Amino acid sequence: MPTENSENPRSIISRKRGEAPGEQPEKGLITLPGESEREIDDLAGGTYLTTKLDTMVNWARGNSLWPLPFGTACCAIEFMSMVSSHYDVARFGAEVVRFSPRQADMMIVAGTIVDKMGPVLKKIYDQMPEPKYVVAMGACATSGGFYRAYHVMQGIDEIVPVDMWVPGCPPTPEGLIYAILKLKEKIERGEVRRGV
Amino acid sequence: MRRGFRAVVAARNDTSIAMSTLTKFSATPFTGPAPTNRDPFIPAGVEAIDARAAEIAPSHPALQRESGQDMATFDVPPEAIVDVLRTLKANGYTMPLDLWAVDYPHRDKRFDVLYQLYSLKSNERVRLKVRVGEEEAIPTGTGVFKGLDWYERETFDMFGVRFDGHPNLRRILCHEAFQGHALRKDYDPAQRWVLTEKDVARIIPKIDPRFEDVDTDFERVTLNLGPSHPATHGTLRIVVTLDGETIIGADQEIGYLHRCFEKMSETHTYQQVMPYTDRLNYCSAFINNVGYSLTVEKLLGITAPPRAQHIRLILSEFMRIADHLVCLGTNLVDMGALTNFWYLFQPREEIYGLIEACCGARLLPSYCRIGGLAVDAPSDFLQNAQRLVNMLPKYIDDVEKLIDKNKIFLDRVVGIAPISAEAAIDYGFTGPCLRACGVAYDVRKASPYLGYETYDWQVPIADGGDTFARYLVRMEEMRQSLKILQQAINRGLPDGPVIVDNPYVALPPKAKVYNEMESLIYHFKLIMHGIQPPVGETYFPVEGGNGELGFHIVSDGTKNPYRVRCRPPCFQIYSAFPDMIIGQTIPDAIAALGSLNIIAGELDH
Repeated sequence: MPTENSENPRSIISRKRGEAPGEQPEKGLITLPGESEREIDDLAGGTYLTTKLDTMVNWARGNSLWPLPFGTACCAIEFMSMVSSHYDVARFGAEVVRFSPRQADMMIVAGTIVDKMGPVLKKIYDQMPEPKYVVAMGACATSGGFYRAYHVMQGIDEIVPVDMWVPGCPPTPEGLIYAILKLKEKIERGEVRRGV
Repeated sequence: MRRGFRAVVAARNDTSIAMSTLTKFSATPFTGPAPTNRDPFIPAGVEAIDARAAEIAPSHPALQRESGQDMATFDVPPEAIVDVLRTLKANGYTMPLDLWAVDYPHRDKRFDVLYQLYSLKSNERVRLKVRVGEEEAIPTGTGVFKGLDWYERETFDMFGVRFDGHPNLRRILCHEAFQGHALRKDYDPAQRWVLTEKDVARIIPKIDPRFEDVDTDFERVTLNLGPSHPATHGTLRIVVTLDGETIIGADQEIGYLHRCFEKMSETHTYQQVMPYTDRLNYCSAFINNVGYSLTVEKLLGITAPPRAQHIRLILSEFMRIADHLVCLGTNLVDMGALTNFWYLFQPREEIYGLIEACCGARLLPSYCRIGGLAVDAPSDFLQNAQRLVNMLPKYIDDVEKLIDKNKIFLDRVVGIAPISAEAAIDYGFTGPCLRACGVAYDVRKASPYLGYETYDWQVPIADGGDTFARYLVRMEEMRQSLKILQQAINRGLPDGPVIVDNPYVALPPKAKVYNEMESLIYHFKLIMHGIQPPVGETYFPVEGGNGELGFHIVSDGTKNPYRVRCRPPCFQIYSAFPDMIIGQTIPDAIAALGSLNIIAGELDH
């Protein structure tokens, strides 16, 4: 459900000291992490802050994505690079790799999905709890890549909805991190797709 | 708008496209290559091979010699093949290296089924050709070589060639809803058959005969591992039957990454196949590039300039180290040793940095060109290589210190999933997994290429064939690679170009293309018509990260290869997996799987 845009983009968090919340109508939302932190700094000494529950939850969701690596091919190796020491995706809160779909909310489809794998991918996706997001990593997951062939799915959007497409064959780890940051922005904006 | 799933099913089931290509093909009938007489890579020359073939021929009356080939080649009638295989096995050809087919739809007997056997004793190969028609069947060779089991299934899946008496002749790479045989020439490359959940066939759990009558107190349980499982690396699937904690039966299903490499090769020009080879064993992609380039160069009868060969050798060895680092790192993380994973991935990034400096790509470089390399290496290439060679031993030593005497690690690897040398050879093992059984077979020594014979290094072997032995071999191989690298760096890069000066193979330099009419025409011709090797066929093996990586290319004289066969080392290693884990436990099987280093891109082509 998309949240409404603020009419007053400057004010995103209102400090309430000695006033009951809700006396003045809330104008803003937490939109970007940097901005909200700045405002919190400005408000040092405040006792509480108010925001919308949705905004708060989205902010938390965006900062703690738990990836499910559906790694099948070359892209999975670059995914491993991204989670390991050199690129360290932990900096962005997405390092808790879960192989159980029940414990993950971001499926990263890293690699070619062939027709034989299709039902497996669909099943894993169905097993993930809402809200869930799908990142199609690389050319193969996006469109079949240069495998215009008899056994290769021409893009995973044939069977599951996709939130982020990452170009490249394979994408660099930086590219994948960028996609995760973009997805985070999307989640924090409140663009949550419910149901399929 | 998102395409509906149902609509896709309907559209893709349309067979009219497949039919239309049949008529298109009939314009250019090609019924097989004539024997070729050019073979610069085999020093003894064609005459020596023919002489050797003449020596082998009398061992069985059904062997009919084909002269002028790159290895001793014989035509064998289908009914005699089992007997011939048995005879050759008794004469030392104990290793089944490959079995594949080529389709010539305009011939009476349209399929050439080719067997390749290798003799460890005399370091020789033989190729057997069996010609069969569409309705004919070949008696199965699985009774002679265990390693032929999966190859026969693959040939059945791809060509529809039946093997009489095969214990389990069903599709192996394509899915259950697939119709037709994909590598036949009249099969449209883009013709898909969509598998839905209700079409997925159930695997019938197997029980090893040794355990069939054993009475225990436990209930027998069937457990499915994969294909989406953290320890099966994404695309491998194993169904095991458990008795308590003991595995008493196992079956694997592969093909979850069958990306149609061989069919794609037939629809692209020789140079365009290069990026597809990258994606076979993507952990050491550059070695695949080298293997494919050398095969086409052999077909063309050209040799890349010394500078290109030297850079190829240096990068190949670095890629081998990177391959082993990934294998060890992921194997150890499967056993819970996470530190090593973080630690070993760091030098790997440095190696990728080196290749990125050469061509701009990290993981899948496509840096080779037929006849040389795409561009010259940067001027600080050797300095960077030296820095890496200085740096890497510390990482290897540190990991060794961390785990070599670690009791948890040793308990999980020593004596786990062993395979005997005889069984490994019978399955057609190559590479570190074979050397872990004590067999010192390495393509770099057995049939050297890129000048490996001029370096001082040794083939590491270990005893036992268990998970620990495989670990030891990989560790030592990295050290031996470093030894080769140090010598290669000391020799320095030879001067000269990095690609052959032959306008029919390599594009002329851009400066010439812009200024000379002739170069412009050559450029245009090569882009439009591609490289056109002479009619013929050839095989060339290199030592990949996992073992012998061979390409067999059949040329019909046009710009696209008629058939590219890749001999993937993983394929046979993985086919032996049930034999290795029966009687062990699930955690042991996981540790063993990691140590085999099965790369799905290569396994499933």
